[in-house]
Amino acid sequence: MILYAPLVIVTIYSFNDSKSIITWQGFSLRWYFDMFTGPESAKFKVAASNSFIIAIVSATVATTIATLAATAIVRGGAARYRTASLGLLSLPLMVPEIVTAVATLIFFNTIGFSRGLTTIILAHIVFCIPFAYLPIAARMQGIEDTYEQAAMDLYATKRQTFTRILLPLMMPGIISGYLLAFIVSLDDFIITNFVKGAGVETLPTAIFGAVKMGIKPNIMAISTALLLVSVVFVTISYFVAKADNKNK
Amino acid sequence: MEHSKGAAGAVTDTYAKERVWLLMPTWLMLSILVVIPVLIMLVYSFLTKEFRGGVIWEFTFAAYDQFFFDRGLFGDEPVKIEWTYISIYWRSIWQAGLATVLSLLLGFPTAYYIATRPQNSRAVWVFLITIPYWVNLLIRTVSMKFLLRENGPLNDFLLMIEVIDEPLRLINTALAVQLGLFYSYLPFMVLPIYASIERYNFTLSEAASDLYATKFATLTRVILPSIKPGVIAGCILVFVPSLGAFLAPDLLGGAKNFMIGSLIEEQFKGSAGNWPFGAAASMILLSMVLILLMVFSRQQKKAQPQGGQ
Repeated sequence: MILYAPLVIVTIYSFNDSKSIITWQGFSLRWYFDMFTGPESAKFKVAASNSFIIAIVSATVATTIATLAATAIVRGGAARYRTASLGLLSLPLMVPEIVTAVATLIFFNTIGFSRGLTTIILAHIVFCIPFAYLPIAARMQGIEDTYEQAAMDLYATKRQTFTRILLPLMMPGIISGYLLAFIVSLDDFIITNFVKGAGVETLPTAIFGAVKMGIKPNIMAISTALLLVSVVFVTISYFVAKADNKNK
Repeated sequence: MEHSKGAAGAVTDTYAKERVWLLMPTWLMLSILVVIPVLIMLVYSFLTKEFRGGVIWEFTFAAYDQFFFDRGLFGDEPVKIEWTYISIYWRSIWQAGLATVLSLLLGFPTAYYIATRPQNSRAVWVFLITIPYWVNLLIRTVSMKFLLRENGPLNDFLLMIEVIDEPLRLINTALAVQLGLFYSYLPFMVLPIYASIERYNFTLSEAASDLYATKFATLTRVILPSIKPGVIAGCILVFVPSLGAFLAPDLLGGAKNFMIGSLIEEQFKGSAGNWPFGAAASMILLSMVLILLMVFSRQQKKAQPQGGQ
């Protein structure tokens, strides 16, 4: 599989003992220790914690917004609203990322918002919404509304029906939407690179900055670690969705 | 996958009264942070540049003029068409096009293979195809760079099996950019094609061969027309992001293989520092993409009624 070859090779080389990336000197975990103790570790630790803060906040907000939107679009009738909202939702997916990046930078600059963590989070929420929306809406379309009807016949209020019936049923969709939004945020480089202020780094921008100077073994270890996080998250998301299909 | 009955019954109007409030956050976020910024960007592209980045609020066509026309250093020479930027756009279209063809050539057989597997293993295959997509694009591009290096694993391997005598110069070539783009967006090609092949009714091919159609005729006359929407969707999904790509040309292409993404980036982050020009370049890229998507959605609409769905 062509798709995996480069990733596997980087993973293998990240265990290389050698200081240069050219020669192979036997298996070692030294670059993984270097990740925590090496001379560049402080920089990458800050970048990593920034990345995770941004990903957690944006994924949480984006998933909440997307859940509300999915409820309105799937359970709200009126085709007119549906098409308009879906069009708006697909915007971040259709507009080339670099254009969104430029537009967002100019926007923050115009309203005089100083660039930093907040601007990154705002920008991330926006492009995470569609990724969170898709699995949630797909899930909700699969839930028949007989449960809700039954609840309401038994004099449950709309709010109770939503929180006690619909929300638990939607959970698998929400979880997988959250995980996808989290990864998308964690991975983003282009938009982050534009809207981040000077001095604020996330893992991808820090890696990019380091790679510009040449690929070093510590970068490969960090990349492998990040790669692992993505794979684990996607796998969980996949199994949450799958386990749930079996229940039906 | 086939619970279409449930799906039809599940679209209800239970929350009709609340829908405006439920949709409000989405509307606000997307209009404030996507629609309005794009409009402001449009305005910026008509403003005068300020030398260390930023703009002066004076209306001018200078950015577009700089993009299309060459008036000499002092603006007093006869007007010529400026080819520098047009050729960057042309090269990007060309690169993105080749990457699209490359992923079609490899993606189509892959999709076909997956769609003809038994039901259970299909999901696993699709999952395997999507994993690399979720892995950081930067990491994938970096690993491609690592692989293609002059003393990188690929060259070492080719030297070892004695296909070549000296290392190939792959990095910083147009080919490397195409490979990078191809590698970045291949899943986008496979998935829609797979979806349309999966929906395709294979009894149709049986009918065709019962009626003495050759294998080739069955493929071109029966299978291809019915999965065309999927193929076109795949091509668009690869072509559009490739066109505006920044990482692949920047990390794999070097200075000679400048693409639109790098040109725009340089106006804001790099040495050029010309915001109106960057805004104008972004607007031109955005219009190209929107026109492409409009043509595509019109095509899809036309294909739908007679598509046998």
